[in-house]
Amino acid sequence: MTSSGVLTGKHFFQGDEACAEGAIAAGCRFFGGYPITPSTEIAERLAHRFPEIGGVFIQMEDEMGSMAAVLGASAAGARAMTATSGPGFSLMMENIGLAVMMELPCVVVNVQRGSPSTGLPTLPGQSEVMQARWGSHGDYGLAAFSPWSPQEMFDLTIHSFNVADRYRIPILLMADEVVGHMVERVVIPREDQITRWERKRPDPNNKDAFEPFLAEDPDLVPPLAYAGEGYRVHFTGLTHDELGYPDMSAETHHRLVTRLVEKINYNSEKIVQTEDHFMDDARIVVVSYGSTARSARRAVKDARQEGIPVGFLRLVSLWPFPTNQIRELADHVDSFIVAEMNLGQMALEVERHVRRPVTGVHHAGGAMMAPDRILDAIREVANTGYTHLR
Amino acid sequence: MRVFARTPIDWAEVRVPRGQVYLIPERCKGCNICVEFCPQDVLQVSDQTNAKGYHLPEIATGKERACVHCEFCSIVCPEFAIFTLEVDE
Amino acid sequence: MRCYAQAILDSGIPQDNHVVVSGIGCSGRVAGYMKIDSYHTTHGRAIPFAVGLKLANPELTVTVFSGDGDLAAIGGNHLIHAARRNVDISVICANNFNYGMTGGQLGPTTPFGARTTTSPYGSPELPFNLPYLLAASGANFVARWTTIHVRQLKRDILYMFSKPGFSFVEVLVPCPVGFGKMNFIDEGLDEMLLYKERCVIADGIPIDELGIDLRTDQPIYVGRFIDRDLAPYRPVRLEDIE
Repeated sequence: MTSSGVLTGKHFFQGDEACAEGAIAAGCRFFGGYPITPSTEIAERLAHRFPEIGGVFIQMEDEMGSMAAVLGASAAGARAMTATSGPGFSLMMENIGLAVMMELPCVVVNVQRGSPSTGLPTLPGQSEVMQARWGSHGDYGLAAFSPWSPQEMFDLTIHSFNVADRYRIPILLMADEVVGHMVERVVIPREDQITRWERKRPDPNNKDAFEPFLAEDPDLVPPLAYAGEGYRVHFTGLTHDELGYPDMSAETHHRLVTRLVEKINYNSEKIVQTEDHFMDDARIVVVSYGSTARSARRAVKDARQEGIPVGFLRLVSLWPFPTNQIRELADHVDSFIVAEMNLGQMALEVERHVRRPVTGVHHAGGAMMAPDRILDAIREVANTGYTHLR
Repeated sequence: MRVFARTPIDWAEVRVPRGQVYLIPERCKGCNICVEFCPQDVLQVSDQTNAKGYHLPEIATGKERACVHCEFCSIVCPEFAIFTLEVDE
Repeated sequence: MRCYAQAILDSGIPQDNHVVVSGIGCSGRVAGYMKIDSYHTTHGRAIPFAVGLKLANPELTVTVFSGDGDLAAIGGNHLIHAARRNVDISVICANNFNYGMTGGQLGPTTPFGARTTTSPYGSPELPFNLPYLLAASGANFVARWTTIHVRQLKRDILYMFSKPGFSFVEVLVPCPVGFGKMNFIDEGLDEMLLYKERCVIADGIPIDELGIDLRTDQPIYVGRFIDRDLAPYRPVRLEDIE
C-alpha cells in the first residue's frame, strides 16, 4: 500500500468497501457519518483505514451533525464525505443546501434502500433520484451520479470529488443496496494514474482585495479560500454579495441564485456522463441507471436477439440530466422505455424532453428488476409499432 | 507624631490614569448603560439626540477630569459607540 | 462580542488562526461582524460544523458563538455530544432567555413562568440549567457570566482558548424587546441592574442548584463551575496505538 493509502491492484470488493477505497484514493481524509443500512460498511471501512493514513473519521450523533461536520472540514480545506441512506438523506437536506450556498465541495453517498420512510432497510430502491435533485429548499443546482457496480463505486467516488472540487458543489453519489452490498472485481490503478482535478484557489498575494464569492471566470466558479489562510473570509447561508457578507436585496439574491444554478448548466457538458450501446439502428431506447441498468442491458441484448431494433442508454450522471443527448436521440427513435426501481421519476424527466411516447417499467423497489420484465415491455412496445404509450 | 496611616508604598510613583471619553453619536441607542455603570459617574444623559432621536451621554459638570480610562463604558456598550483614550499629563 | 474580540487580541494567537462559527439567531449574526474567518451556518448546526473544521485543521482556534435556542434547543443534541466527546472547541452561548430574532418566543432556557409570545400565560416548562447540563455531558470547562461581568468574561474566554477540550461559557444577555418587556424588565439597563443586584459568585454551590428562576429573589449564580482535564477528543492515529 502506498503512503497515500491507494490499494493498487485487483480486488474482490463489496460496493460499499470500494466506495471507501475510492474516497481514500481521491485524497478524502475526513468522513463524518452516522450508521444506516445499507451504507454502514462505508463508514466501517473508513473507521478502519483512516487511522492508517492520517484521515479523520468521526461518527456523529445524527445525520445533521454528520453533514455539518463534513462542511466544516471542507471549509478547512479537506476533501470530506459522508454516506447515508433514505432516512439520513432526508435529514441532510438542509445542510446540502448550505453546501450549495457556501459553495463548499463535498460528497454525499446515498446507498438507497426501499423507501419511503423506514421502508426496506436491507433491500434496494431508487426512489430518491428526484429528492437528489430537489430535496433541499430553493432553486439550486448540483450533480448526482449513479454507479452500477463496485468498480463504479470506486471510480465514481473519485470522480465525485473531482467534480465537487472543480465546481464547488455538493455531489450526491446515488447508489443502491444491490450495488452497495454486491461483491465484484475492483481494479485499483496506480496512484499516479488517478486523476485529480484541483480546486480553484485564490491569489495569495492580494488577500485584502480577495472577494470569496466573486466568480471572474466564465465557468462562474469563485476560487476557494480555506479557514486559517489569512483571507478573513465570511461564509454564510444568508444571501450574500461577492464579499460574502449578508445582502438582503432582491437583485443580489437573483444574481447569486442565478449564478449558483447557471454554474451547473454552463458546465453541464463536462459533468454529464452517460453510456450507450446499439444506437445505430435503434427505434426504441431503453433508459436506465444504477443496478436496474444491469437488467436493462440484459433485456436489450435479448430483445436484439429477437430482431427488435432497441438501443440502451445508461445514465451515469443523473443530474445534470443529459438533455441534449436525449433530444438528439428523440429525433431518430420512435419510443423510449425507462426502467427504474421507483414508480416513475426519471421517466418524468425523459418525458419532458422528448416528443415521443415514454413507457415506464416501474417497481417500487425491494428487489432487483428482472430483465424479463423489461424485455416484455420492449416486445410490447415493438409489437404496437413503437408508438404504444402505457 | 507621624501618622502611620496606611498610605500605599508606591503612592509616589503610581499615578491614577486619566482618560478622555469619545462618542460615536450615530451608533448610540440611548440605553444609558455607560452612564449608569461608569465607576466615576463621569457621564450623564444629555438633551442632545442623534439622528435616530436617542439621547446621547455627555460628561457631567465637574467631571471633566474624572475619567480614569478604566474602559468599562467601552467594553459594556452594546453598540461600540463609546470609548476612552488615555491622556498623558 | 466585545469580550470575545478583546480576548482574541490578547490571546497571542495570530488572528488568522481564529475561526468563529455561529448558528442562526441574533447572536448567530456575530460571525458576520468579525474580521476573522467566520462561518454563519444553519440553525443548530454551528457546533458540528465547528467540530468538522477543528478536526480537519487542529491548528485553528475554533470558537462557536451562538444563542440559547440555537445551541440548546435545535442544536442540543450536538451540544451534549460535542461536550461528551470533549472536542477542543470553545462555545460562547449568549443566553437571552428566548428566541429573540423571531420576536420573543419560548426557548430552552426561558425561566419557569416567564411570558413569551408562545407562552402568553407564562412558560409551563422548567428551563435547562446549562452549566449543569454541560457539566453532566463532560465539558472540561463550564462557566456562566453576564454582560456586566465583562472583565471575568473576557478573562474566561481567553482561558478557554488555551484550555484543551470542550469549553463552554453561558453569558446572560439582556433582550428587552424579545423577553424583558413581557417580564417586567423594561429596558436593557434594567436587566443589567438586575444582574448587578441578583448575581452572586457561586462558591461551593452544588452545580445542580445553578438553575435560574427570575420569579423569586433567589440569586443568579455566576462564576466558573467546572475546570477539569478530561482527555480532549483526538481522532485515532495508528501510530498512537502501536
